[in-house]
Amino acid sequence: MSAQFDPSMYLAILPEIGLIVLAAITLVLDLVWQDRRCRYLGWITAGGLAVIAGLAVAFARPGPDPLLIFGGMLRLDDTGFVFRLIFLFGATITALFAVDNEGLCNKGEFYTLLLVSTLGMSLMASSADLIMLFLAIETTSIPLYVLAGFIIRDQNSVEAGIKYLLFGAMTSAISLYGFSLLYGFCGTTQIYAMGEIFANGQISPVLIGMSILLVVVGFAFKISGVPFHFWAPDVYQGAPTPVAGYLSTASKAAGFAVLMRVLLAVFPGQTDVWILLVAIMATASMFLGNLLALAQKNIKRMLAYSSIAQAGYILIGVASGTELGISGSVYYLLGYLFTNLVAFGVVNVIEDAVESSEIKAFSGLSRRNPMLALLMLAALLSLGGIPPFAGFFGKLLVFGSAIESGQVWLAIVGIINSMIALYYYLTVLRVIYQGEGGAPYWVSPSWQVALVIGLVGILVLGVVFAPFFGWSQQAAQSLSLFN
Amino acid sequence: MQFPILSVLIFLPLITGIVLLFMPAERKTLIKSISLGTASLILLLSAIVFFSYNVAAGGYQFIEKAAWVPALGISYYVGVDGIAAPMVLLAGLVMFTGVLVSWGVDDRPREFFAFMMFLGSSVLGVFGALDLFMLFFFFELAVFPKYLMIVLWGSPKTRNYSGMKLTLYLFVGSMISLVGALAIYFGSGLRTFDMIALESAGFSLVFQRLWFPFVFLGFGILSGIFPFYSWAPDGHVAAPTAISMLLAGVEMKVGAFAALRVAFMLLPDGARYWSTAILVLATINVVYGAFIALIQTDFKYVIGFSSVSHMGLVLIGFATMNRQGLIGAGLQMFSHGVMTALFFSVVGMVYDRAHTREIAQLGGLFRKMPVAAFGFIVGGLVSMGMPGFSGFIAEFPIFMGVWQAAPVVAVIAILGVIITAAYILLVVRRVFFGELPEGLSNIGDVTIKDKISTVLLAAIMIAVGIFPSLMAPMISSGVDHILALFGGA
Repeated sequence: MSAQFDPSMYLAILPEIGLIVLAAITLVLDLVWQDRRCRYLGWITAGGLAVIAGLAVAFARPGPDPLLIFGGMLRLDDTGFVFRLIFLFGATITALFAVDNEGLCNKGEFYTLLLVSTLGMSLMASSADLIMLFLAIETTSIPLYVLAGFIIRDQNSVEAGIKYLLFGAMTSAISLYGFSLLYGFCGTTQIYAMGEIFANGQISPVLIGMSILLVVVGFAFKISGVPFHFWAPDVYQGAPTPVAGYLSTASKAAGFAVLMRVLLAVFPGQTDVWILLVAIMATASMFLGNLLALAQKNIKRMLAYSSIAQAGYILIGVASGTELGISGSVYYLLGYLFTNLVAFGVVNVIEDAVESSEIKAFSGLSRRNPMLALLMLAALLSLGGIPPFAGFFGKLLVFGSAIESGQVWLAIVGIINSMIALYYYLTVLRVIYQGEGGAPYWVSPSWQVALVIGLVGILVLGVVFAPFFGWSQQAAQSLSLFN
Repeated sequence: MQFPILSVLIFLPLITGIVLLFMPAERKTLIKSISLGTASLILLLSAIVFFSYNVAAGGYQFIEKAAWVPALGISYYVGVDGIAAPMVLLAGLVMFTGVLVSWGVDDRPREFFAFMMFLGSSVLGVFGALDLFMLFFFFELAVFPKYLMIVLWGSPKTRNYSGMKLTLYLFVGSMISLVGALAIYFGSGLRTFDMIALESAGFSLVFQRLWFPFVFLGFGILSGIFPFYSWAPDGHVAAPTAISMLLAGVEMKVGAFAALRVAFMLLPDGARYWSTAILVLATINVVYGAFIALIQTDFKYVIGFSSVSHMGLVLIGFATMNRQGLIGAGLQMFSHGVMTALFFSVVGMVYDRAHTREIAQLGGLFRKMPVAAFGFIVGGLVSMGMPGFSGFIAEFPIFMGVWQAAPVVAVIAILGVIITAAYILLVVRRVFFGELPEGLSNIGDVTIKDKISTVLLAAIMIAVGIFPSLMAPMISSGVDHILALFGGA
């Protein structure tokens, strides 16, 4: 089936083709233009990404039934579609944040790397073959290692890059070992063919359990789930702030896309094994993330621990293993994308002005820049799951799915954690609103655009649920055969 | 198509709040005027809802419905019954008087009034909600206004601690209820959050007994049930005046109202099973709250604990599950809401002028601020349950109801009423009569806006007390429906 030429196949990867073209353009422009003008590269990247997102919606929409394309390497389905949009939005906003960031704005390669890693994520979300999947993961990760250590004169940034690289390489090696076991058991690398072979019951459950464990390690690293979270606080703190925002949203979403696809497609018959595994990881991530976030003095570290905890909430939806749960996780990731990007965006602004990301530095923000304070309010409350912000509905869905699938304890764990989390989110909010004022901080036009997009996203996802829930539901349906 | 009065009531403050946030911060008078205009409109509309509610027809009125998330059975669905209509009026009254007494706010009034508007939208949304999801959505909308208003404009010494305590207590309460509500949603098999449809879902006895405590306890925390009441006095005392009024006057009713609407009305058999436990806890509220109020030395704490005590009577009324008890509880929610708003506003007026809330340092204020003192005394009479005031027509039926359900409780709870008389009379005598301390000899009278607020609230309590027919038949029509759900008990 791969032999014949089918134009619709190329339409399906039009966004990816667009990303490659855009990456090439940024690379060439970086060489041609002088340093001074490279600032425009950020705008070009963001504009190009927006066009690609438009193309994705217009031409690369999947049909009602999932379709395997390119010899079964990719799967054209709603999951890939929704997640691709998540990555494109994340990259757009990140590019806008980079425009006036001192360390990043003049470096054309920043945007090239960002685009290549977005391309990798986009392929991750639609891979239907282990080989494709592994290549996509590496295409995503390698540019991210460089991005995390991008500011070479800053030791923290370099340390972040190295740390991320070491952790990433180790976990992806373990995952690869898991992949090789799967190939050994099944004799195929096709994800959707494996599910059927495992369902026949020829293979010992212990071996299957082992391979689940190994495969999940690599994905758990990407989503920063406990116990593969150690990199997150140091990397978020050291990496350039826009990169940290990108790591915590798009990269995490990519990890979840793969995790959900592989668990549901390869191991549909072993749900009891992985549900327990995921539930334990969810509980550990929530408690560890939230409890350690309480003690943080640096906002980027706090957001890192909070993002570990958020991964825990999203895992609740996965652990339910139901359509509602998966839709809830997807919706949560959509809302979390805008929420966390806004949070890191505001941090970016403050850091630019006072060269500090300590929570203390936010004191009196509401008197300096009332709008920035409101943005941070929206982001923090959305993280805390308070309406009318996006986080509320996502949390409601994942807690609901836990109750629906009979895991009330998981919902109660989630609630206890929501309370702990609300404590530190509100504490930051208090610092922002109390304290003396001063001259307003400068917010560049590109940052304003990015923050407004983010805020609109948070509010729209927090009030108008139906269309986006519809997307999440389709994504969940296309992942598996819930029926 | 009829005028969507409830939607206007819910969204008007929300939109005003957003508009305020985009106004220039230095236009303080304009900001206050817009808030007052909106609050007046809210009062007017809520009065229209109250007076044009058709008591003879009963049931849910002013219904509006629109799809929200059809895939999950979530809709925007509002309407009020005989219990909710007085609550809407209460919210309108407290919003209006709250804006009036906050005229002196000088630190960031833009944020102050915007957040206050959000709070108003939240409570009106809960009182109007006929959809369980919508109820939670609007309830949790209040989290950040509550917190920020306490920590920003509250009394400096305790605001950080008390604000966080209040917010976390209420958040946890609502989350516990949310678990119960989700269980109701999935357990019904109807896949709808429509509360009217869920009323007839026919849950099994085991299901109801299991889940009732979740839903009730969560909302019970919001209404200050023993032993989860300590957030209330701390939070109310630390909050700025208008927020104390809204929190104690309206938010605690939101808790009680939601407990009735979700826990009692959707899980009536569960309620019957647990009613004895609720009676015991609520009786502790009444008596213990009153005792603690008696020994307070801080003027505002007296009122804070009196709320705990009076909310106990509301919960006792619910737990009787009979007509008199429920009618009394409905009246008590309104009466106590108005009364406590009046109390807190007078406390605020006194504090603004005397700069102390220690009862021992106050005295003779009747001569300095007669209208405020008059208002406080009216509130005190309501609080003691004097005939001719709204407190009497609320508490009398509650005691009638509880006498039928559990005479022992009636006897013990009466003790609370006696102690209430004691602390109210003590406070009135020490603060408003006797010698004027030297430091207070040159304080001024309250402003005209304060007087309007005080007189309005006092007049409402007297009006309801003298003409119970203004409100009792309406609440009774709401109770008819509840009793039908209880199986005609």
